[in-house]
Order: sequence, then C-alpha cells, then structure tokens
Amino acid sequence: MIEAVHNSLGIPILSIVTFLPLAGAAVLLFVRNAGLVRWIALAVTVADFIVSIPILLNFDRTTYHMQFVEHYQWIPSWNITYFMGVDGISVLFVFLSALLGWICVVASWKAIEQRVKEFMIALLVMQTAMIGVFCALDFFLFYLFWEAMLIPMYLIIGVWGGKNRIYAAFKFFLYTLAGSIFMLIGIIVLYFAGGETFDIIALMHQKFSLPVQLWVFLAFFLAFAIKVPMFPFHTWLPDAHVEAPTAGSIILAGILLKMGTYGLLRFPMALFPYATSYYAIPIIVLSVIAIIYGGFLALAQTDIKKLIAYSSISHMGFVTLGLFVLNATGIEGGILQMLNHGITTGALFLCIGVIYERTHTRELAAYGGLAKAVPIYTTFLAIFVLSSLAIPGTNSFIGELLIITGAFGFNKVFAGLSIIGAMLGAVYLLGMYKKIALGEITNPHIREAWDVDGREIAAMAVLALFVFWIGLNSAPFLDIMHVSVNHLIEQMNTVNGYYATIN
Amino acid sequence: MTFDIYNMVLIMPEIIVLSGACLLILLDLVLDQNQKHIIAYLSLFVILIAAAGTWMFAGNNSGEILGRMFTIDGYSTFFKMVFYLSTFLAVLLSINYIKVEGVERGEYYVLMLFALSGMMIMASGTDLLSIYVGLELMALSIYVLTGFIQYNGRSNEAAMKYVILGAFSSGVLLYGISLVYGITGTTQLSDLSTAVKNQGSMDMALVLAIIFLVAGFGFKVAAVPDVYEGAPTSITAFMSVGPKAASFAAILRVFLGALGPVSVSWVNLIAALSIVTMAVGSIVALSQTNIKRMLAYSSIAHAGYALLGLVAGGPDGIAAVMLYMLIYTFMNMGIFGTIILMRKGNFRGENIEDYTGLSKVNKGTALLMLIFLFSLAGIPPTAGFVGKFYIFMALIRSGYVPLAVIAVIMSAISAYFYIRIVMLIYMKEPTREFDLARSPANSLALAIAAAGTILIGILPAWFLDMAKSAIFPG
Repeated sequence: MIEAVHNSLGIPILSIVTFLPLAGAAVLLFVRNAGLVRWIALAVTVADFIVSIPILLNFDRTTYHMQFVEHYQWIPSWNITYFMGVDGISVLFVFLSALLGWICVVASWKAIEQRVKEFMIALLVMQTAMIGVFCALDFFLFYLFWEAMLIPMYLIIGVWGGKNRIYAAFKFFLYTLAGSIFMLIGIIVLYFAGGETFDIIALMHQKFSLPVQLWVFLAFFLAFAIKVPMFPFHTWLPDAHVEAPTAGSIILAGILLKMGTYGLLRFPMALFPYATSYYAIPIIVLSVIAIIYGGFLALAQTDIKKLIAYSSISHMGFVTLGLFVLNATGIEGGILQMLNHGITTGALFLCIGVIYERTHTRELAAYGGLAKAVPIYTTFLAIFVLSSLAIPGTNSFIGELLIITGAFGFNKVFAGLSIIGAMLGAVYLLGMYKKIALGEITNPHIREAWDVDGREIAAMAVLALFVFWIGLNSAPFLDIMHVSVNHLIEQMNTVNGYYATIN
Repeated sequence: MTFDIYNMVLIMPEIIVLSGACLLILLDLVLDQNQKHIIAYLSLFVILIAAAGTWMFAGNNSGEILGRMFTIDGYSTFFKMVFYLSTFLAVLLSINYIKVEGVERGEYYVLMLFALSGMMIMASGTDLLSIYVGLELMALSIYVLTGFIQYNGRSNEAAMKYVILGAFSSGVLLYGISLVYGITGTTQLSDLSTAVKNQGSMDMALVLAIIFLVAGFGFKVAAVPDVYEGAPTSITAFMSVGPKAASFAAILRVFLGALGPVSVSWVNLIAALSIVTMAVGSIVALSQTNIKRMLAYSSIAHAGYALLGLVAGGPDGIAAVMLYMLIYTFMNMGIFGTIILMRKGNFRGENIEDYTGLSKVNKGTALLMLIFLFSLAGIPPTAGFVGKFYIFMALIRSGYVPLAVIAVIMSAISAYFYIRIVMLIYMKEPTREFDLARSPANSLALAIAAAGTILIGILPAWFLDMAKSAIFPG
C-alpha cells in the first residue's frame, strides 16, 4: 500500500511507545523492593508519556494516511505482518493511553500495598496491550493485543479488587471473551473474503458481498458493543468498575471503553459502510436507550463508584450516538467525547480512589461537608463533575454539543431524547457533588481526612488542564482528526454509492 | 519383496529406539536400586540419538518401503519430532516423580521407549496393518505403565479399565480393517485410495467399515478420565500428548489420505463427533474437582478441536492438526509438570483446591501455571491461541463457518475452568504450606515447555512452515 508507507520520524516510535512498558515490566521481574518497584513503574510510564508527545507534535494533520508506519514480515505463510501506524483518530488514543498510564501508577501509589510488584507488572503489560490495540493495522496483531489485555485485567480486578472481586473478574473475562471470539471468526471470514490478507488498510479498499457485510458487521459489533458497553451488553461494567482497584477503574473507564467505540469506528464502519447504514437506526436506538437508562440507573445509586460507572454507560451512549448518525459533526463529536470521557471519568475515578484511601467508604450517605475538610480536593472534584455534566467551558460540552448537533442533522426525535440524558447527568452529578462536598461534616473520618499531596495534585492538575484546554480551545484536537474523519465519510459515501448502483 | 539395505538405514531411528530399549532392560539387571535413574538418562540419550537420525533423513522422501507398509516422509518426520519431544519431557518429569511414588524401576523407561517406537511406526505406517501393529505396541506399553504403581488400587483399576476398553476398541478397529479388506481387497493406503475412488462413495459396506474405523481410532484419541486420574501423573502427561498425537497421525493418513476420495461419506460423521467431543469435554470439565480428571476432559475437548482439522481437510487441515499436536505437547506437558511438583511425601496435590494461594508462596510456579492455563484456554499471545487460530482458519477456508462458531463457543466455555484455577492460584489466600518436589529434571522440562508455549505464541512462522511443508499429498 503506497498510501501507508509514511514515517516522518524515521524511528519506530510506535513500537517504542507500545513496548516500553513491557520492557519495564520485564525489568520489574528482577526488582524486590516495593518502593523501588513503584518508582521504576512511574519512571517507565512517564517516559512512555514523554515518548507519546512527539507523536502528537509531528503528526501531519493534512493527510488521512497512516503515519509513523512500521511494516515487517511476521508470519509470511498466513500473510500476517507486523503493521503499526496511526491516523488522526487513533493518534489521540495512543496519547490518552500514555497519559493515563502514569496517572494509574500515581493512583496506585498507596492504594496498592499487597504484591506491589505483580500489580505494577500487570499494569505495564496492560499498557502495552492497550497502546498496541490503537496502533495495530494488521488484524492478527490487533486481535493479539485485544485478547492479551484480558490476562492482566483479569488479575488486576481479581487480585487487587474489592470484596466481590472474583465474581467481577470472571464476569469481565467471560463477557469480553464471548464477544471477541465472534470477532475472531469475523476476522477469518474477512481474510478469505478479502483475498487472504489481514492488512486492515487493504481490506478497507475491498467491496465485500452483502451477506459478508451484514454478518461480519454483527460479529464485530458484538465484540465492540460489549466493550463499550452498549445497552443491553452493559451488565459486566458496574461490577468490574466497582470491584476494580482505582487504577483498574481508570483503565476501564479511560481506555477500555474507548476501545469499543474506536473498534466500531475503525472496523465495522470503515469496512462495511453499507451494513453500517443498514444497522444505524437500531444502533442509535440502543444508544439513546443507554443514554437515558444509564442516567436513571446513575440517579438511583448510593455508591459513588457505581454512580460514575452507570454514568459511563450514559456517556458512552452519547459517543455511539455520535458515531452512528454518520455525519462529520456527529463522528467528530463522538471521537472528541471519547477523549473527553477518558480524561474526565478517569479523573473522577482517581478522585474516588483518593478519598476512599482516607475515609474507606464509598457510600454517598457517609459523606457531607468535604469542602470544609479538604478544600483543594473538592475544587478538583468540582472541576471534573462539571466537566462530566458538560458545562460550557469544559471539554465535554464541546463533545456533547457536536454530537447533539450531528444528531439533529440526522433525526430530531433521537436528538431531543438524548438531551433528556444530558439533563439527567446534571441531576445525578450535581446531586452527588452536593452530598459529598457541601453541608455539614457528619462523619468523623472526614474530619480526619488529609488533603491531596503533591503527587495527587500533579495527576489531577494535568487532567484538569486538558479539561479546560479542550473546553476552551478544541480546534487543535478537532484538527487532528478532521481529515481522517472526512476521509472515512467520503469512503462510506463512495461505497454506498456503489451499492446503490448495483441494487 | 526386495530387501534393500538402504531401507534399513532409513528406519534406523526406529531400530535405535527398539534396540536401545532392549539394551536398557538388560542393563537394568545389573544396576542397584539406587542407580535406576541412570536408565532414565540413557533413555534420554537414546531419544536424542534417534531424533538426530530422524532429522538427518528429514529431507528424504523414501516412498513406500518394506513391502509398501512404511514410509519416511516429511509428515512422519514432523510427528516423530513431536513424539521425541513428548517422550523426552515425560522422562524428565518421571525421574523424581517415580522416586516419590516409590516405584523407581528400570522397566518404566524401557516401556516408554517401546511406546515411543510404537508411535513412530504409527506415523510412518502406510498400511492399515503396520499402523495397527504400531498402535498395539504403543497401547500395550501404556497399559502396563498405567498400572505401574502396583500397591495403589486406583492405578490398578485404571490399568484394568484401560486394557478392557483398549482391547474392545482394538477389536472394533480390526473389524473395520477387515471390512475394508473385504470390500477393496487391500489394506495398503494408496491402493485403498485408488480402490475407493472406483468403488463409489455410497457403498453401505464401506460406510459401515468407516464407522468402525472412526470408533476404533476415536477411542485412542479420547481420554478416559478414570485412567487419567489413576495412572501415575507422569504417564498421564505422556499419554495425553504422545499417543494422542500418534493416533492423529494415523487418522489423518487413513482418512484424508486413503479415504480422502470418499470424504463425503465420513466428513459429517467426524463433524458430529467433534462437536460432541468438544461439548462433552468442555462442559463436564466445568464440574471437576480433581485436576487430573479435569485435564482429562480438557484433553477430550482439545481432541475435538483437532478433529475439526480433519473435517476441514486439505493441506491447511492437515497442517493445522500437526501444529496443534506440537503446541498441545508443550502446553499440556507444562501443566502436568506443575502438577507433578505438588506430589511430595504423602501429599497428592491432585485436588484443584490444593492450588489455592500458590502465587503467594511460589511466584515462579504460579506464573508458569498461568501461562500454561491461558494457553490451554487459547488466549493470545500464547501458543494455544495459534493452534486454535489455524484450526479455525482451515475450517473457514473449507466453508464450515457454523462449525467454527460452535467451536469458539465451546472454547469460551472451556476458558472458564482454566481461569478458575488461575483464580485459585492468584486470588485466594493460601490455606496450607506448600512444599514443592523440585528437581533439576523437572525444572528443565518446565523450562522447555514454557519456552515452546511462548515462542510459538509470538513467533509461529517457523513452526507453521515446518508443519505446512511436511504434509503428505492428500
């Protein structure tokens, strides 16, 4: 593929950003001291974040072609290659994963006391797999990273999670596995339908027969819809989010859910434009149900972590709504909202973890008056809560605005319904903030709570920076994805035009 | 029949293994009880020499020799390498184990070498009769090995059950062979292929013969849970890989080679059989509490996946089964190697619950078990995934998409009982002291198994090409 052979840096930077955490994990195998383990893990993840910055800076915004491409033979007899590259869509998520990587280490600094070494190894292996998913341009490689995530995540939830962790770990594992095995069949079917190749770019130029499109779309959709999770595949999410340790929740909310929507965008939508428009309405209906139903579920929660978990279902409903209205505004809003949700919800889970370390409770009723005890903390909490309910000036406002605008361009009823969800968001999030931060202190533990330390402030401040940066000046972020999104839509229109002529 | 001396050179590896076994049984007479491990090391040496011999002839394709009953081709070479590997690992796992069990006797290793030579004959056999002779040589040795712990009732019971079932299935197989001979007038595989081509596929007698062959061979690839549970663990490990691979070697040659032209008459039968095998294996394994029993059902499920390769047929179907057998050897030997570690003193360590909290005490062993279990579950980046992937690819290439869907559902079900063990190892607190029966030989076996499981998972190209280039023309 000529269009993909493009690497402006001349060094295999995507491999570095992907495998640096794995190398760090290998080093950790030989370290015994828990304190040293934490510092090495932090150093590795910060280094990984630093490596990810030049990728964003050197990214050429004027082309939809894959950049920083690496392409090597791997398993020639199956025509499988080691093929890495990013475009305007995936580059944002490589950056997000690298950003949340070190925040996870920070969040686990004191929260993880048992088996620190194993935890950090699992975390670093996880990061390699996550970044790999966003960079892989060969289906086999993609699937390898995608499934390999199951192992560390299963351990992170099951070993270091809360009371009900084992149940949650099994549920997470089996749900995800059940979805992805059908995708595996889909991938192999495509391999033969597309002329024996796993090359994603090459497959995007194929025109698949209708039955292949409609069936394989469903196979992929199932895998990604479980990951997102879309209604009605969402039941694993509250368990996994609530039981996982803070870092696990940040990864789940920040990156894993994005993989679902990224996957939808990258594979079914780009590969099967006809099937995409064919299934768009049902998927939008599911999205709107998720927005409203997730909002009502969040409204009923008394556990803070569960509340945020259900709010994720609602917010991810916005993302899938944006993607499947199939116009540029909606899709760009969806992508931006994926980034926003990663930052904001990651930050909210960080906040919950921070306060849980001090009070050892997540029950809303046990809180009150936190603003008096820990003012810096509550300020950050306020920022992230406001961002989550999409107040103008914060990142989510831009995302939701674009999505709702896109939705109005598609169908006024769905757009109108989705606004109900946005209003519900304001209710449960402000209600939560009121119960936690305002009022009188009723719980003696809260009086004893100490405010955030430098490490925690650093993590929250960086996330808050992105909240306002995207909120006040979203143009640079939208610019990155603009050309790629337009190309995607063009491609979809061309292919749909083709099907219109043959039908 | 001409008796060509060159043929004798080609079958040198078989001769080395057999004569090595005979010499070792004589040596056993002069060794003291505390020197029996020497036999083990010498058998390892015999295996290595034979492997070197097989490797030397790897490029040759001898055609059919010894009265057209035998061949040295890439296909048999590949399988022989799998047999050497599994026997080598099984001997390594046995050295300390049979001492713990108190049955350290020279015949143990000699019988393993006899079983190995039987497997080699099965892989090279090009006549139903030579395959049958190899199969019986292998099976008889394993019957004895199963009952090797004479003072243990379970071991005796296992051997008894195995002999009875084995004899019955051999009878069925022989009856099938006799029917084939009656219909076509030959048991030679290429003659058989020509004969059935002219016969027409809807011959009811032939279908009956095929059903008998399927039943007879089917028993050999399936695992008998009682036998797996009662046999010495090292022998359970051995028979779960070597003999199974040997039976698949023979099955592929008989069905895809000789009976390939009439595949319509058996392919649905095999497809149904593989679904039942996968389902029974995966579902019954869910409720097991004994790890050897659980692995017996897991072994049944894996046999079901491998049978799918037979259904798929064609070069990819054959190569997929070959690769699967190699991969299965590494990962299953590995998991049995960790089970053997638990057996020390009076502690059996066969209950799944016995592994609770292992990772707290012994990180290395826990990590190895994690790798082997995820590989058995088929999760990348382990070899187990590559094996399943190739089977599914072969199936879908031949157009059996629904069958592939059933297979992935079964594999998701079976993931549960593997990750349950990981859960016990990593997510629960230990309830007792762990005292592992470590030995250098066992560690070496585990290292080889782990290296194979990871290497084929990440860089399968070389192994894959080996399998692909070694298929028989069928």
